[in-house]
Amino acid sequence: MLDATPKEYVERSGLVINPAKTCQPVGAMYAALGIHKCLPHSHGSQGCCAYHRKFLTRNFRDPVMASTSSFTEGAAVFGGGNNLKTAIKNVFAIYNPDIIAIHTTCLSETIGDDIPSFIMGAQIPEGKYVIHANTPSYVGSHITGFSNMVKGMVKYLSVNNKKSNGKFNVIPGFINPGDMREIKRLLNAMGVPFILFPDTSGVLDAPMTGKFELYPKGGARVEDIIDAGNSTATLALGSFASADGAYELEKKCKVPQKVLKTPIGIKATDDFLMTVSKLTGREIPEEVEEERGQLVDVMVDCHYHYHGKSVALFGDPDLLIALTEFTINLGMIPKYIVTGTPGDSFENEIKEMLDAAGIEGKVKALGDLFTLHQWMKEEPVDLLMGGTHGKYIARAEDVPFVRIGFPILDRSVHSYLPITGYRGAMRVIEMISNALLDRQDRDAADEDMELIM
Amino acid sequence: MSRTNIKQRVDKTLEQYPAAVYKNRKEHVLVKNNTFQEPQTITANTRTIPGIITNRGCCYAGCKGVVLGPLRDAVILTHGPIGCGFYTWGTRRNKGKTRGDELNLLNYCFSTDLQEGDIVFGGEKKLRQAIKEAVEIFKPKTVFICATCPVGLIGDDIHAIAAQAEKEYGIKVVAFSCEGYKGVSQSGGHHIANNGLIKHIIGTGDKVVGKYSLNILGEYNIGGDGWELERILKKIGYEIVSMMTGDGMAEDLKSAHKATLNLIQCHRSINYIGEMMYTKYGQDWLKVNFIGVQSTIKSLRNIAKYFDDPDLTARTEQVIADELSEIGPVMEHYRNILKGKTAALFVGGSRAHHYQHLLKDLGVEILLAGYEFAHRDDYEGREVIPSIKADADSKNIESLEVSADPEHYRVFLSKERYEKLKNEIPLNYYAGMIKEMDDGSIVVDDLNHFETEEFLKILKPDIFCSGIKDKYIAHKAGIFSKQLHSYDYSGPYAGFKGAVNFARDIAMGVTTPAWKFVTPPWKKEPMLEGSLVG
Repeated sequence: MLDATPKEYVERSGLVINPAKTCQPVGAMYAALGIHKCLPHSHGSQGCCAYHRKFLTRNFRDPVMASTSSFTEGAAVFGGGNNLKTAIKNVFAIYNPDIIAIHTTCLSETIGDDIPSFIMGAQIPEGKYVIHANTPSYVGSHITGFSNMVKGMVKYLSVNNKKSNGKFNVIPGFINPGDMREIKRLLNAMGVPFILFPDTSGVLDAPMTGKFELYPKGGARVEDIIDAGNSTATLALGSFASADGAYELEKKCKVPQKVLKTPIGIKATDDFLMTVSKLTGREIPEEVEEERGQLVDVMVDCHYHYHGKSVALFGDPDLLIALTEFTINLGMIPKYIVTGTPGDSFENEIKEMLDAAGIEGKVKALGDLFTLHQWMKEEPVDLLMGGTHGKYIARAEDVPFVRIGFPILDRSVHSYLPITGYRGAMRVIEMISNALLDRQDRDAADEDMELIM
Repeated sequence: MSRTNIKQRVDKTLEQYPAAVYKNRKEHVLVKNNTFQEPQTITANTRTIPGIITNRGCCYAGCKGVVLGPLRDAVILTHGPIGCGFYTWGTRRNKGKTRGDELNLLNYCFSTDLQEGDIVFGGEKKLRQAIKEAVEIFKPKTVFICATCPVGLIGDDIHAIAAQAEKEYGIKVVAFSCEGYKGVSQSGGHHIANNGLIKHIIGTGDKVVGKYSLNILGEYNIGGDGWELERILKKIGYEIVSMMTGDGMAEDLKSAHKATLNLIQCHRSINYIGEMMYTKYGQDWLKVNFIGVQSTIKSLRNIAKYFDDPDLTARTEQVIADELSEIGPVMEHYRNILKGKTAALFVGGSRAHHYQHLLKDLGVEILLAGYEFAHRDDYEGREVIPSIKADADSKNIESLEVSADPEHYRVFLSKERYEKLKNEIPLNYYAGMIKEMDDGSIVVDDLNHFETEEFLKILKPDIFCSGIKDKYIAHKAGIFSKQLHSYDYSGPYAGFKGAVNFARDIAMGVTTPAWKFVTPPWKKEPMLEGSLVG
């Protein structure tokens, strides 16, 4: 497995091998699916749309609906204006969404298509919306694309009409629908009026009813995103995926913002709930405190399963920032942390946490899995955590592996069950513990096989 | 439903479109009518209308993803932003196994990951650097460069860079201008890949091969299909010179011109190589279909006819008998489960046809079939090729002219034998899908989401065979869906043993108990029996 990967670390400046990121448009498509009755539209070649739909479908095992401008060579030369106008007309006529959310591609960006002017010239039925985000694939990653589409929602939709709605906004970041549900559950438990957008719960974890719904029940309502301009504050969960949307709301609608970590792990969930409580004056309810108590109970009781184990983490920056903190709080040693998404702030934030914990680790933004694998060959770790692509490294190096993040293509149910909040943290512990204990069982001599662990 | 009924309902569905879309789409849909004297025609390989939710992909997908991707010993370098390389990384299930100490790069993804500065100032420098690094780290004998959309637009001369690198490193470096916007689907990319392989790879090797030697073209070893073909063919006594391209190596392809006969499994993606090898090296190609028990038997017998050797023919019959006796009872078991079920198929450029045979083996009736990126010849047969008018999109894909290779051109069959055989077996010929379809069945080209939803409502098939993008649409509507691109991570489905796997998987999908739970019991029976509360 991965036999061609040499142990000796090689500096590279031209070649990316086994990436730890993908391109902007897929993130934009995912964000757009978090608006109720929205059809995401990919302005580029058909392949982009096909790839993005495939990838999201494989990750969520639910229909991912999106349309494309179907560029041909002619459009690439003369511009995609006509394609987009035709597309908008056809999408409303045939698929009848409430809103079309256009994202660009490297093709339409390279030729410099001016989407706002195309939208101005398009036929948009009364009461319907068309929004857009520039998502050049050669900048950032899928996380940037998610962030840009959220920003686009605010730019096009949110309005401050000077009447406070008494709510506060939550931008959840690039997390699973199951996590969005969990965050909503916690907010509801606190009795907080809120607007969460985008919200893919009920869209990409829609139930089986025997009837296909092109637009399932879930998703943030357009009117709520409009109304987000009247909220008292915005909480952006995850600086990479959510901060820009919150800044845009502040700029456009004067809604004050606060950027927090994605609430994965005990500390990040504490911070999230405390912030909500301080901002709204609502107390953190007994039932949530009980969940926290259960989590700490598990952390104490099972610490010897994972304390002192070294772990390599890869995936998206917001996830990794929270996971680094959480694994440190579990007494683990996050030794290697790699994201494909660019960003000095990522490296700095992780380094600060490692330094504070006295851990000597390596961190890399704009990195790839080939680098991570080479590091692991040089000095092994006890556990690898990340999306499905990590399984090849795990096998090559015979290291236990926990699937977490995006994409997970070879296991199911993950998109329904949260890793956020206290209960989500407990689930992360269960995954880590099980992986390490399964390995201990596998490797134990007969006489060392433990009944109780 | 009668044919007339179906036709009316199909027309009614299409009439819901806006006028321009209706005008376009009605030419891509037909209801098979066996009372017509003239063959029915269909429009295919034309642009998808913007805004239509199509299943189609792009030129890059056809070139890098389909044809080149399975070659395990080449560094296949995607020149572009990261996405295209990422999406084609291990996603197609083209299996490959290292046999010696040769390079196997199937689990690797190589990209130049172009950044904004590269788009502005050109990506050539980065590409050169990436090739250098790939050569230094992996020491491959072959490097393929695949272009993505922006590359053509910013004007990177990937062919010059390839030629230069080839000289510098003393290895094969071939560039493919398969920018996503070229052509109208994956199909253009197949053609570009075919051209590159013919120009630069095939014919450059000198492996010595025997008389009963074959290339298997258009077999991508999805789920191990190619290995099942290899097992059967080797059991009969054939030598496999190369598999194009499943579990294949660029090294093997180099000597493909030495084989006696080319078998073509997926006509759409590789018929260009078949045709060009026929012209250039005199090798005949035979259209085969190893999907389905009866079609596998027929294909094996046709190959034996080509070689016309009594021993080989006897061995062929022996292998068929052995294999049949092994799978007969279990196939019968699944046939009893599936007999009378109905299916609709929408797959690439061959499987929508091939799998009809296997489903029919199992007693399943085909109500609808369509291709995602086929041409008219895949529907109507190669006889229509002269009448296909090339449009602007087709003209953008190079049609390579080759001529007989003075050194390697040779003909296996005598002229008389060729003329005789031509009437017996599909020699350098594919009859297409439509001829075999039942009266009243629907044929759809480039099926889109609207039509999928509507046709599933009209036909209510038990099984919908398609891909990942519409799989869960069917499931949500209560129809079992089988992916025929990835086989839902199962397989092989080809040949004899594959047929059993397929039958088992289809029977499993149709009968899995989950379907019984779709409606909650409280919605099926009255709940007012009394009350404990309030």
